[in-house]
Amino acid sequence: MIIAKRDYMKKKIHITKHDLLPKHVKISEKEKKAILKKYQVTLKEMPKIMKADAALQGMKAEVGDMIKITRKSPTAGEAVYYRVVTDA
Amino acid sequence: MSEKIFAEYKDRLPNKILEDLKNHLPPKISAANLKEIFRLVDGEYQQAQVDPGESVGLVGAESIGEPGTQMTLNTFHFAGVAEMNVTTGLPRIIEILDGRKIPNTPMMEIYLKAPFSMGKDIKQIAQRIKETKLMEVISEFVINIAESTMEVRLNSEKMKALQLTVGQVIKVIDKNTKNCSVKKDKEEILLKMRGKHDTLNEIYKLKEKIKILYIRGIKGIQQVLPVKKENEFVIITAGTNLNEVFQLDFVDTARTISNNIHEIEEVLGVEAARQAIINEVYKVIENQGLNVDVRHIMLVADLMSKTGTVRGITRYGIVSGKSSVLARASFETPIKHVIEASLVGETDQLTSVVENVMLNQPVPVGTGLPGLVTRVKK
Repeated sequence: MIIAKRDYMKKKIHITKHDLLPKHVKISEKEKKAILKKYQVTLKEMPKIMKADAALQGMKAEVGDMIKITRKSPTAGEAVYYRVVTDA
Repeated sequence: MSEKIFAEYKDRLPNKILEDLKNHLPPKISAANLKEIFRLVDGEYQQAQVDPGESVGLVGAESIGEPGTQMTLNTFHFAGVAEMNVTTGLPRIIEILDGRKIPNTPMMEIYLKAPFSMGKDIKQIAQRIKETKLMEVISEFVINIAESTMEVRLNSEKMKALQLTVGQVIKVIDKNTKNCSVKKDKEEILLKMRGKHDTLNEIYKLKEKIKILYIRGIKGIQQVLPVKKENEFVIITAGTNLNEVFQLDFVDTARTISNNIHEIEEVLGVEAARQAIINEVYKVIENQGLNVDVRHIMLVADLMSKTGTVRGITRYGIVSGKSSVLARASFETPIKHVIEASLVGETDQLTSVVENVMLNQPVPVGTGLPGLVTRVKK
Protein backbone atom coordinates (compact mmCIF):
# COMPACT_ATOMS: atom_id res chain seq x y z
CA MET A 1 0.00 0.00 0.00
CA ILE A 2 2.65 2.46 1.02
CA ILE A 3 5.07 2.06 -1.80
CA ALA A 4 2.84 3.05 -4.66
CA LYS A 5 3.49 3.58 -8.33
CA ARG A 6 5.21 6.68 -9.55
CA ASP A 7 3.15 7.31 -12.68
CA TYR A 8 0.87 9.92 -11.18
CA MET A 9 3.67 12.01 -9.76
CA LYS A 10 4.21 14.15 -12.84
CA LYS A 11 0.88 15.93 -12.79
CA LYS A 12 0.29 19.08 -10.82
CA ILE A 13 -1.97 18.82 -7.85
CA HIS A 14 -4.71 21.27 -7.00
CA ILE A 15 -5.05 21.83 -3.28
CA THR A 16 -8.18 23.59 -2.12
CA LYS A 17 -7.81 23.22 1.61
CA HIS A 18 -4.64 24.26 3.36
CA ASP A 19 -3.83 26.13 6.55
CA LEU A 20 -1.96 28.76 4.58
CA LEU A 21 -4.64 29.20 1.97
CA PRO A 22 -7.39 31.78 2.64
CA LYS A 23 -10.80 31.67 0.98
CA HIS A 24 -10.89 33.09 -2.54
CA VAL A 25 -14.22 34.16 -4.03
CA LYS A 26 -14.87 35.84 -7.35
CA ILE A 27 -17.18 38.82 -6.87
CA SER A 28 -19.76 40.26 -9.22
CA GLU A 29 -19.36 43.34 -11.42
CA LYS A 30 -21.71 45.27 -9.17
CA GLU A 31 -19.74 44.51 -6.03
CA LYS A 32 -16.54 45.27 -7.91
CA LYS A 33 -17.79 48.76 -8.77
CA ALA A 34 -18.81 49.32 -5.17
CA ILE A 35 -15.34 48.35 -3.92
CA LEU A 36 -13.59 50.64 -6.38
CA LYS A 37 -15.85 53.47 -5.30
CA LYS A 38 -15.41 52.75 -1.60
CA TYR A 39 -11.62 52.87 -1.75
CA GLN A 40 -11.51 55.45 -4.56
CA VAL A 41 -9.09 53.47 -6.67
CA THR A 42 -8.88 52.22 -10.24
CA LEU A 43 -8.40 48.59 -11.21
CA LYS A 44 -4.79 49.34 -12.12
CA GLU A 45 -3.97 50.45 -8.61
CA MET A 46 -5.33 47.33 -6.91
CA PRO A 47 -3.13 44.46 -5.76
CA LYS A 48 -2.89 41.76 -8.41
CA ILE A 49 -3.28 38.03 -8.64
CA MET A 50 -2.09 35.95 -11.57
CA LYS A 51 -4.69 34.25 -13.74
CA ALA A 52 -2.59 31.10 -13.49
CA ASP A 53 -2.43 31.32 -9.70
CA ALA A 54 -2.90 27.96 -8.01
CA ALA A 55 -5.73 29.27 -5.83
CA LEU A 56 -7.81 30.37 -8.84
CA GLN A 57 -7.84 27.02 -10.60
CA GLY A 58 -11.35 25.79 -11.20
CA MET A 59 -12.82 29.24 -10.64
CA LYS A 60 -13.08 30.48 -14.24
CA ALA A 61 -11.59 33.83 -13.32
CA GLU A 62 -10.89 36.14 -16.25
CA VAL A 63 -8.51 39.07 -16.49
CA GLY A 64 -10.12 42.09 -14.87
CA ASP A 65 -12.21 40.11 -12.40
CA MET A 66 -11.95 40.94 -8.75
CA ILE A 67 -11.23 38.28 -6.17
CA LYS A 68 -12.34 38.69 -2.59
CA ILE A 69 -9.93 37.06 -0.17
CA THR A 70 -11.00 36.41 3.40
CA ARG A 71 -7.88 36.01 5.45
CA LYS A 72 -7.52 34.84 8.98
CA SER A 73 -5.74 37.63 10.74
CA PRO A 74 -4.04 37.52 14.13
CA THR A 75 -4.95 41.17 14.70
CA ALA A 76 -8.47 41.53 13.32
CA GLY A 77 -9.79 37.98 13.44
CA GLU A 78 -10.86 38.10 9.86
CA ALA A 79 -9.56 40.46 7.25
CA VAL A 80 -10.95 41.02 3.78
CA TYR A 81 -8.59 41.76 0.92
CA TYR A 82 -9.20 42.28 -2.78
CA ARG A 83 -7.05 41.38 -5.74
CA VAL A 84 -7.57 41.92 -9.44
CA VAL A 85 -6.87 39.08 -11.85
CA THR A 86 -4.08 39.81 -14.28
CA ASP A 87 -2.06 37.74 -16.71
CA ALA A 88 1.28 39.52 -16.80
CA MET B 1 -32.57 45.59 20.76
CA SER B 2 -28.93 44.70 21.26
CA GLU B 3 -28.85 42.99 17.86
CA LYS B 4 -29.84 46.21 16.22
CA ILE B 5 -26.94 48.06 17.79
CA PHE B 6 -24.56 45.26 16.85
CA ALA B 7 -25.75 45.45 13.28
CA GLU B 8 -25.21 49.17 13.26
CA TYR B 9 -21.52 48.77 14.05
CA LYS B 10 -20.94 45.73 11.86
CA ASP B 11 -19.12 47.68 9.19
CA ARG B 12 -17.30 49.99 11.54
CA LEU B 13 -15.68 47.47 13.84
CA PRO B 14 -13.78 44.27 12.97
CA ASN B 15 -15.42 40.95 13.75
CA LYS B 16 -12.97 40.11 16.48
CA ILE B 17 -13.88 43.16 18.55
CA LEU B 18 -17.60 42.54 18.08
CA GLU B 19 -17.19 38.97 19.27
CA ASP B 20 -15.08 40.02 22.25
CA LEU B 21 -17.77 42.52 23.15
CA LYS B 22 -20.50 39.94 22.88
CA ASN B 23 -18.63 37.58 25.19
CA HIS B 24 -17.83 40.18 27.81
CA LEU B 25 -21.11 42.01 28.09
CA PRO B 26 -23.16 41.31 31.21
CA PRO B 27 -26.34 39.35 30.41
CA LYS B 28 -28.66 42.14 31.42
CA ILE B 29 -27.79 45.50 30.02
CA SER B 30 -29.92 48.45 29.14
CA ALA B 31 -29.99 49.74 25.60
CA ALA B 32 -28.63 53.11 26.68
CA ASN B 33 -25.66 51.52 28.43
CA LEU B 34 -24.94 49.32 25.47
CA LYS B 35 -25.05 52.28 23.16
CA GLU B 36 -22.61 54.12 25.37
CA ILE B 37 -20.26 51.10 25.44
CA PHE B 38 -20.33 50.90 21.69
CA ARG B 39 -19.69 54.60 21.36
CA LEU B 40 -16.59 54.31 23.57
CA VAL B 41 -15.30 51.15 21.87
CA ASP B 42 -15.77 52.69 18.48
CA GLY B 43 -13.96 55.83 19.59
CA GLU B 44 -11.04 53.78 20.90
CA TYR B 45 -10.90 51.77 17.71
CA GLN B 46 -10.92 54.73 15.37
CA GLN B 47 -8.26 56.35 17.53
CA ALA B 48 -6.05 53.27 17.31
CA GLN B 49 -6.12 53.16 13.53
CA VAL B 50 -3.21 54.46 11.51
CA ASP B 51 -3.84 57.94 10.14
CA PRO B 52 -3.69 58.59 6.42
CA GLY B 53 -0.22 59.71 5.44
CA GLU B 54 1.49 57.93 8.30
CA SER B 55 4.85 56.60 7.11
CA VAL B 56 4.08 53.00 7.99
CA GLY B 57 6.93 51.63 5.89
CA LEU B 58 9.51 53.65 7.77
CA VAL B 59 8.07 52.64 11.13
CA GLY B 60 8.01 49.02 9.97
CA ALA B 61 11.61 49.17 8.75
CA GLU B 62 12.80 50.50 12.09
CA SER B 63 10.69 48.08 14.07
CA ILE B 64 12.14 45.08 12.25
CA GLY B 65 15.59 46.58 11.82
CA GLU B 66 16.40 47.41 15.40
CA PRO B 67 15.68 43.92 16.85
CA GLY B 68 17.52 42.60 13.80
CA THR B 69 20.75 44.03 15.17
CA GLN B 70 20.37 41.81 18.20
CA MET B 71 19.87 38.62 16.26
CA THR B 72 22.47 35.93 16.03
CA LEU B 73 24.63 36.12 12.99
CA ASN B 74 25.23 32.40 12.96
CA THR B 75 23.98 30.77 9.83
CA PHE B 76 23.66 27.36 11.37
CA HIS B 77 22.54 25.95 14.60
CA PHE B 78 21.07 22.73 15.77
CA ALA B 79 17.31 23.02 15.94
CA GLY B 80 16.44 21.11 19.09
CA VAL B 81 15.59 17.44 18.64
CA ALA B 82 15.92 17.51 14.90
CA GLU B 83 19.45 16.53 14.03
CA MET B 84 19.56 18.84 11.09
CA ASN B 85 21.20 22.15 10.35
CA VAL B 86 18.71 24.91 9.81
CA THR B 87 19.31 28.47 8.71
CA THR B 88 17.89 30.82 11.32
CA GLY B 89 18.47 34.31 12.61
CA LEU B 90 19.36 37.21 10.38
CA PRO B 91 20.51 35.14 7.39
CA ARG B 92 17.11 33.46 7.22
CA ILE B 93 15.24 36.77 7.39
CA ILE B 94 17.42 38.23 4.64
CA GLU B 95 16.79 35.13 2.58
CA ILE B 96 13.01 35.43 2.89
CA LEU B 97 12.81 39.17 2.31
CA ASP B 98 15.15 38.97 -0.67
CA GLY B 99 12.73 36.47 -2.18
CA ARG B 100 15.44 33.93 -3.00
CA LYS B 101 14.29 31.13 -5.28
CA ILE B 102 15.82 28.36 -3.19
CA PRO B 103 16.47 28.74 0.54
CA ASN B 104 19.82 27.84 2.03
CA THR B 105 18.37 24.88 3.88
CA PRO B 106 15.18 23.73 2.16
CA MET B 107 12.94 21.87 4.59
CA MET B 108 9.49 20.38 4.78
CA GLU B 109 7.28 19.41 7.65
CA ILE B 110 5.11 16.56 6.49
CA TYR B 111 2.00 15.87 8.56
CA LEU B 112 0.32 12.51 8.17
CA LYS B 113 -3.26 11.33 8.10
CA ALA B 114 -4.93 9.53 10.98
CA PRO B 115 -3.56 6.00 11.50
CA PHE B 116 -0.09 6.96 10.23
CA SER B 117 0.21 10.08 12.35
CA MET B 118 0.10 7.86 15.44
CA GLY B 119 3.24 6.09 14.29
CA LYS B 120 1.85 3.31 12.11
CA ASP B 121 4.43 2.21 9.51
CA ILE B 122 6.32 5.38 10.18
CA LYS B 123 9.64 3.92 9.06
CA GLN B 124 8.32 2.72 5.75
CA ILE B 125 6.61 6.03 5.14
CA ALA B 126 9.81 7.92 5.82
CA GLN B 127 11.68 5.56 3.53
CA ARG B 128 9.02 6.00 0.87
CA ILE B 129 9.44 9.76 0.91
CA LYS B 130 13.22 9.84 0.85
CA GLU B 131 14.85 9.88 -2.54
CA THR B 132 16.80 6.62 -2.96
CA LYS B 133 19.65 6.35 -5.38
CA LEU B 134 20.85 3.01 -6.73
CA MET B 135 24.10 3.38 -4.78
CA GLU B 136 22.24 2.75 -1.53
CA VAL B 137 21.10 -0.75 -2.43
CA ILE B 138 24.41 -1.85 -3.97
CA SER B 139 26.75 -3.74 -1.68
CA GLU B 140 29.65 -3.97 -4.13
CA PHE B 141 30.90 -3.66 -7.68
CA VAL B 142 33.11 -6.33 -9.19
CA ILE B 143 34.87 -5.31 -12.37
CA ASN B 144 36.36 -7.95 -14.60
CA ILE B 145 39.09 -6.21 -16.57
CA ALA B 146 39.86 -9.10 -18.90
CA GLU B 147 36.32 -9.48 -20.16
CA SER B 148 35.30 -5.90 -19.50
CA THR B 149 32.21 -6.85 -17.59
CA MET B 150 30.87 -5.56 -14.31
CA GLU B 151 28.98 -7.40 -11.64
CA VAL B 152 26.70 -5.45 -9.38
CA ARG B 153 25.94 -7.11 -6.05
CA LEU B 154 22.83 -5.89 -4.35
CA ASN B 155 22.20 -5.58 -0.66
CA SER B 156 19.23 -7.89 -0.19
CA GLU B 157 18.26 -6.49 3.21
CA LYS B 158 17.93 -2.98 1.87
CA MET B 159 16.12 -4.27 -1.18
CA LYS B 160 13.60 -5.93 1.07
CA ALA B 161 13.10 -2.79 3.12
CA LEU B 162 12.41 -0.86 -0.04
CA GLN B 163 10.22 -3.61 -1.53
CA LEU B 164 12.42 -3.74 -4.60
CA THR B 165 13.06 -6.71 -6.84
CA VAL B 166 16.16 -7.40 -8.90
CA GLY B 167 14.04 -7.16 -12.02
CA GLN B 168 13.01 -3.60 -11.22
CA VAL B 169 16.60 -2.55 -10.68
CA ILE B 170 17.60 -4.09 -14.00
CA LYS B 171 14.82 -2.18 -15.72
CA VAL B 172 16.08 1.10 -14.28
CA ILE B 173 19.67 0.41 -15.33
CA ASP B 174 18.64 -0.74 -18.78
CA LYS B 175 16.54 2.35 -19.36
CA ASN B 176 19.31 4.75 -18.44
CA THR B 177 22.34 3.22 -20.12
CA LYS B 178 23.38 2.92 -23.73
CA ASN B 179 25.51 0.30 -25.49
CA CYS B 180 25.70 -2.19 -22.71
CA SER B 181 23.75 -5.35 -22.02
CA VAL B 182 22.16 -5.86 -18.63
CA LYS B 183 21.53 -9.42 -17.48
CA LYS B 184 20.36 -11.05 -14.33
CA ASP B 185 22.75 -13.54 -12.79
CA LYS B 186 21.13 -15.07 -9.73
CA GLU B 187 21.02 -12.22 -7.22
CA GLU B 188 23.58 -10.21 -9.12
CA ILE B 189 23.38 -8.00 -12.14
CA LEU B 190 25.84 -8.55 -14.95
CA LEU B 191 26.72 -5.62 -17.17
CA LYS B 192 28.61 -6.12 -20.41
CA MET B 193 29.83 -3.40 -22.69
CA ARG B 194 29.13 -3.55 -26.39
CA GLY B 195 31.76 -2.32 -28.85
CA LYS B 196 35.51 -2.68 -28.58
CA HIS B 197 37.20 0.69 -28.14
CA ASP B 198 38.48 1.67 -24.71
CA THR B 199 35.96 -0.43 -22.87
CA LEU B 200 37.71 -0.28 -19.53
CA ASN B 201 37.45 3.46 -19.36
CA GLU B 202 33.83 3.22 -20.39
CA ILE B 203 33.06 0.72 -17.70
CA TYR B 204 34.38 2.99 -14.98
CA LYS B 205 32.27 5.78 -16.36
CA LEU B 206 29.30 3.45 -16.34
CA LYS B 207 29.94 2.57 -12.73
CA GLU B 208 29.79 6.21 -11.70
CA LYS B 209 26.72 6.69 -13.80
CA ILE B 210 24.61 3.92 -12.35
CA LYS B 211 25.59 4.83 -8.80
CA ILE B 212 23.46 7.97 -8.96
CA LEU B 213 20.47 6.49 -10.77
CA TYR B 214 17.18 7.34 -9.18
CA ILE B 215 15.09 4.38 -8.05
CA ARG B 216 12.60 5.22 -5.31
CA GLY B 217 11.04 8.03 -3.36
CA ILE B 218 10.48 11.68 -4.07
CA LYS B 219 13.05 13.62 -6.01
CA GLY B 220 14.86 16.34 -4.12
CA ILE B 221 14.43 14.91 -0.64
CA GLN B 222 17.84 14.06 0.71
CA GLN B 223 17.02 13.32 4.32
CA VAL B 224 14.01 12.28 6.34
CA LEU B 225 13.51 12.42 10.06
CA PRO B 226 10.34 11.26 11.82
CA VAL B 227 9.85 13.39 14.92
CA LYS B 228 7.21 13.16 17.59
CA LYS B 229 5.55 16.52 17.89
CA GLU B 230 3.08 16.78 20.72
CA ASN B 231 0.80 13.78 20.09
CA GLU B 232 1.66 12.84 16.56
CA PHE B 233 4.50 11.92 14.30
CA VAL B 234 5.72 14.49 11.82
CA ILE B 235 8.30 13.84 9.17
CA ILE B 236 10.87 16.58 8.79
CA THR B 237 12.80 16.49 5.56
CA ALA B 238 15.87 18.13 4.14
CA GLY B 239 15.08 19.13 0.59
CA THR B 240 11.62 20.05 -0.65
CA ASN B 241 9.12 18.89 -3.22
CA LEU B 242 5.65 19.98 -2.16
CA ASN B 243 3.88 19.06 -5.37
CA GLU B 244 4.88 15.41 -5.23
CA VAL B 245 4.44 15.05 -1.48
CA PHE B 246 0.87 16.35 -1.76
CA GLN B 247 0.08 13.49 -4.12
CA LEU B 248 0.85 10.80 -1.57
CA ASP B 249 -2.35 9.43 -0.07
CA PHE B 250 -1.07 9.23 3.51
CA VAL B 251 -0.04 12.89 3.68
CA ASP B 252 -2.22 15.46 5.42
CA THR B 253 -2.33 18.04 2.66
CA ALA B 254 -3.92 20.68 4.85
CA ARG B 255 -0.97 21.12 7.18
CA THR B 256 2.13 19.97 5.34
CA ILE B 257 4.42 22.91 4.67
CA SER B 258 7.70 23.77 3.04
CA ASN B 259 10.02 26.64 3.94
CA ASN B 260 10.52 27.51 0.29
CA ILE B 261 8.27 30.51 -0.35
CA HIS B 262 8.43 30.21 -4.12
CA GLU B 263 7.42 26.59 -4.00
CA ILE B 264 4.40 27.49 -1.87
CA GLU B 265 3.49 30.19 -4.36
CA GLU B 266 3.62 27.69 -7.18
CA VAL B 267 1.55 25.00 -5.46
CA LEU B 268 -0.85 27.07 -3.33
CA GLY B 269 -0.82 30.56 -4.83
CA VAL B 270 0.33 34.06 -3.82
CA GLU B 271 -1.99 34.40 -0.88
CA ALA B 272 -0.56 31.28 0.73
CA ALA B 273 2.94 32.54 -0.05
CA ARG B 274 2.13 35.81 1.68
CA GLN B 275 0.98 33.94 4.76
CA ALA B 276 4.10 31.77 4.59
CA ILE B 277 6.34 34.85 4.54
CA ILE B 278 4.63 36.18 7.66
CA ASN B 279 4.84 32.83 9.45
CA GLU B 280 8.47 32.21 8.56
CA VAL B 281 9.71 35.68 9.49
CA TYR B 282 7.71 35.68 12.68
CA LYS B 283 9.02 32.25 13.60
CA VAL B 284 12.62 33.45 13.37
CA ILE B 285 11.94 36.61 15.38
CA GLU B 286 10.10 34.64 18.04
CA ASN B 287 12.85 32.03 18.22
CA GLN B 288 15.38 34.71 18.98
CA GLY B 289 13.27 35.95 21.86
CA LEU B 290 12.56 39.27 20.22
CA ASN B 291 9.30 41.13 20.09
CA VAL B 292 8.10 42.60 16.81
CA ASP B 293 4.49 43.38 16.05
CA VAL B 294 3.08 41.14 13.29
CA ARG B 295 1.61 44.15 11.54
CA HIS B 296 5.04 45.29 10.41
CA ILE B 297 5.74 41.89 8.91
CA MET B 298 2.28 41.80 7.35
CA LEU B 299 3.01 45.09 5.63
CA VAL B 300 6.24 43.73 4.17
CA ALA B 301 4.53 40.52 3.04
CA ASP B 302 1.69 42.48 1.43
CA LEU B 303 4.17 44.58 -0.49
CA MET B 304 6.14 41.55 -1.64
CA SER B 305 3.03 39.80 -2.95
CA LYS B 306 1.34 42.89 -4.39
CA THR B 307 2.07 42.17 -8.04
CA GLY B 308 0.65 38.67 -7.99
CA THR B 309 4.02 36.98 -7.69
CA VAL B 310 6.44 37.07 -4.77
CA ARG B 311 9.13 39.63 -5.35
CA GLY B 312 12.00 40.27 -3.01
CA ILE B 313 13.06 43.61 -1.61
CA THR B 314 16.03 43.92 -3.91
CA ARG B 315 16.95 46.10 -6.85
CA TYR B 316 15.58 43.38 -9.14
CA GLY B 317 12.42 42.91 -7.10
CA ILE B 318 10.02 45.52 -5.83
CA VAL B 319 12.50 48.38 -6.06
CA SER B 320 12.65 47.95 -9.83
CA GLY B 321 8.91 48.56 -9.93
CA LYS B 322 9.16 52.09 -8.54
CA SER B 323 8.12 54.75 -11.00
CA SER B 324 10.65 57.35 -9.93
CA VAL B 325 14.19 57.28 -11.34
CA LEU B 326 15.66 59.02 -8.35
CA ALA B 327 13.99 56.60 -5.93
CA ARG B 328 15.43 53.64 -7.80
CA ALA B 329 18.84 55.26 -8.00
CA SER B 330 18.84 55.93 -4.28
CA PHE B 331 18.63 52.22 -3.46
CA GLU B 332 21.49 50.43 -5.22
CA THR B 333 23.64 50.95 -8.33
CA PRO B 334 22.69 54.62 -8.76
CA ILE B 335 24.81 55.31 -11.85
CA LYS B 336 23.24 52.47 -13.81
CA HIS B 337 19.74 53.81 -13.18
CA VAL B 338 20.60 57.41 -13.97
CA ILE B 339 22.33 56.46 -17.23
CA GLU B 340 19.47 54.22 -18.34
CA ALA B 341 16.89 56.87 -17.52
CA SER B 342 18.82 59.56 -19.42
CA LEU B 343 19.12 57.31 -22.47
CA VAL B 344 15.36 56.96 -22.82
CA GLY B 345 14.52 60.42 -21.54
CA GLU B 346 12.54 59.35 -18.50
CA THR B 347 10.65 61.93 -16.48
CA ASP B 348 10.31 61.91 -12.71
CA GLN B 349 6.95 63.03 -11.36
CA LEU B 350 8.40 63.52 -7.85
CA THR B 351 5.37 61.90 -6.26
CA SER B 352 7.11 59.80 -3.66
CA VAL B 353 9.26 60.40 -0.61
CA VAL B 354 12.89 59.69 -1.52
CA GLU B 355 13.12 61.93 -4.56
CA ASN B 356 11.62 64.83 -2.64
CA VAL B 357 14.14 64.38 0.14
CA MET B 358 16.89 64.57 -2.48
CA LEU B 359 15.52 67.79 -3.88
CA ASN B 360 14.94 69.38 -0.47
CA GLN B 361 11.19 69.60 -0.86
CA PRO B 362 8.40 68.71 1.53
CA VAL B 363 7.81 64.97 1.41
CA PRO B 364 4.31 63.59 0.82
CA VAL B 365 4.04 62.13 4.30
CA GLY B 366 1.77 63.12 7.16
CA THR B 367 0.88 66.81 6.86
CA GLY B 368 2.93 67.02 3.66
CA LEU B 369 0.49 64.71 1.92
CA PRO B 370 -2.62 66.82 1.31
CA GLY B 371 -2.49 69.61 -1.22
CA LEU B 372 -4.53 72.78 -1.09
CA VAL B 373 -6.63 73.97 -3.95
CA THR B 374 -8.36 77.34 -4.00
CA ARG B 375 -10.85 78.66 -6.44
CA VAL B 376 -9.62 82.00 -7.74
CA LYS B 377 -12.30 84.67 -8.20
CA LYS B 378 -12.67 85.83 -11.72
